[in-house]
Amino acid sequence: MDAFITITGPAAPLLRANVDTDMIIPAQRLIGAGRDGLGRYAFERFRFNADGSESPDFPLNQAPYRASPILLAGENFGCGSSREGAVWALRDLGLRCFIAPSFGDIFYNNCFQNGMLPIRLATADVQRIAEQTAASPSNAYTSVDLERQVVITPNGEEIPFSVDPRKRSALLEGLDEIALTMKRRAEILAWQARDKAARPWAWEGLAL
Amino acid sequence: MPQTLFDKLWAPHVVADLGDDWALLHVDRVLLHDMSGARALTEVGERGYDLARPDLVFATPDHAVSSAPGRTSATFAGGASPIAKLRQRVKETGIRLFDLGQPGHGIVHVMAPELAIVLPGTTLVCGDSHTCTNGGVGALAFGIGASELTHVLATQTLMQRKPRSMRLTFTGTLPAGVTAKDMILAAIGQLGTAGGTGYAVEYAGEAVRALPLEARLTLCNLSIEMGAKMGFVAPDDITVAYVKGRRFAPTGAAWDQAVSAWRNLRSDDGALFDREVTIDASQIAPQITWGTSPEQVAPVTATVPQPASAADRAALDYIGLEAGQPLIGTPVDWVFIGSCTNSRLSDLRDAAGVLRGRKVAPHVTAWVVPGSETVKREAEAEGLHTQFLEAGFQWREPGCALCVCVNGESVPAGKRSVSTSNRNFVGRQGTGARTHLASPAMAAAAALAGAIVDVRSF
Repeated sequence: MDAFITITGPAAPLLRANVDTDMIIPAQRLIGAGRDGLGRYAFERFRFNADGSESPDFPLNQAPYRASPILLAGENFGCGSSREGAVWALRDLGLRCFIAPSFGDIFYNNCFQNGMLPIRLATADVQRIAEQTAASPSNAYTSVDLERQVVITPNGEEIPFSVDPRKRSALLEGLDEIALTMKRRAEILAWQARDKAARPWAWEGLAL
Repeated sequence: MPQTLFDKLWAPHVVADLGDDWALLHVDRVLLHDMSGARALTEVGERGYDLARPDLVFATPDHAVSSAPGRTSATFAGGASPIAKLRQRVKETGIRLFDLGQPGHGIVHVMAPELAIVLPGTTLVCGDSHTCTNGGVGALAFGIGASELTHVLATQTLMQRKPRSMRLTFTGTLPAGVTAKDMILAAIGQLGTAGGTGYAVEYAGEAVRALPLEARLTLCNLSIEMGAKMGFVAPDDITVAYVKGRRFAPTGAAWDQAVSAWRNLRSDDGALFDREVTIDASQIAPQITWGTSPEQVAPVTATVPQPASAADRAALDYIGLEAGQPLIGTPVDWVFIGSCTNSRLSDLRDAAGVLRGRKVAPHVTAWVVPGSETVKREAEAEGLHTQFLEAGFQWREPGCALCVCVNGESVPAGKRSVSTSNRNFVGRQGTGARTHLASPAMAAAAALAGAIVDVRSF
């Protein structure tokens, strides 16, 4: 997995609450799909008109935000379905970081699995970054520094954020969780042996 | 120190304490379906890992399958390839598959309790947010993404941070005509779709204790719509009676041991929760959603509320309703009875109970999609299918069908649907489709009336 250290760019505003993963990518696009090439379907019901043309009102279609690495979002961003395709689609679109007051739990975890950083900031802070960006969209840059755990707004203000230390170091080092857990294989096998003795009922009747 | 049910479900599964409330948790059961499951089975192979415990993994195709009578896996052409992939990987890994038309096939969260794949006190995951449904038997069950699922398949464990605990107590007795679906929709209306975010929710109280097991599955199913990955009900006599004798339930001495262990699976007196919420069940009316988020819900007797936010205004615009208009009387074009929320035998009985020889309104397309092959066969054995067919409903094959629309099935744009499923999101039932979530009895009544009605006076 790619390491995440700092990101700088215009922060695209999508401040409506409860943006669900069905909005981020319709499930139909994920039938048999892999991780790559899903960006064209990201927010497709909002990005495109019925005739396939771009909807100019949608922020990610507007000039300074087309290549934004940062998305400013509303409360409960990524709620709903567990589909990891939502994260894959947004990553394929060029996004690496989401800043919102709150996130759907499963989406939040899925971000870290893909080298993406979800940051929880107070609504007022998210709004302020959006306002500073909107004041001069073409040269308003927001930076996210994961090492120092600060967001630097377009006006140069530093807003600290906290992220779970385990998730932070996994992102900074680009760690592979499966490889890490594999090192504990003996511990897992020992747990299973103990559990079979303690809870035989949880293991009975399953032999293939 | 007094422990919560959640502590008792979590602690025994900790293989390693990783600090800061993180744990490497053992996963006792894994469910795979044809979307995220097929993907994770493929990825684990591509990354060069074998499955850690094929005996603990159970697969069934439910999403990308047509529900048309007489369907095969090729009826919906788009599903043919992921299902072929699932079957191929099942063969290579040796895991159990419950394929179309076989006993045991069904929506993952219907077949897992039905076969007692999920047991009280076990941990269970699936790459599906409605995995919380399985908490209805007193298990720690939750949805994860495809990457986490790959980790589970390779290691039989998952790194998780322990959520905070919430107890949602329903006091009193549920009035006639009001169901578990109405209880949880009312709770979501009160707490919001993020009210449970970061929490594991124990449903408790007199009204929960009185619920049959299948209704507890419905209650837990919508935990994720309240933001909570996990929701569960303490196992009791109702749970034990439900589990006993099912295909993967323990037998003999192991059964006795299991039951005695399950008796301890309840929150101790004096256990402390991070959040406690109490709702008076006797005051709950049949609920129906009016917007595009499950929190946009009201008693059916209410009028459409004044929008309180831009999101509310966008929702009303999409759903085609005006603030102030009564919900009752809103014309309906489609009715869907099905999904992992409400497709079990008791749901179908509830819906059939409303029919009383009446017919579906001529302008309404009405579907009944049983949740599993077993539900279908049991419903047919008691003649429910005949009642639905005679009333003008379609009687279809088990699967997710109109809840997720990755199977060639959808509600047409602009059409209004009353659905027993779990999400009224924009486009969820089809591009431009307008969804109102409700209980099976409310949905059946809407089909007959051709409009939203109060099932209590219909």
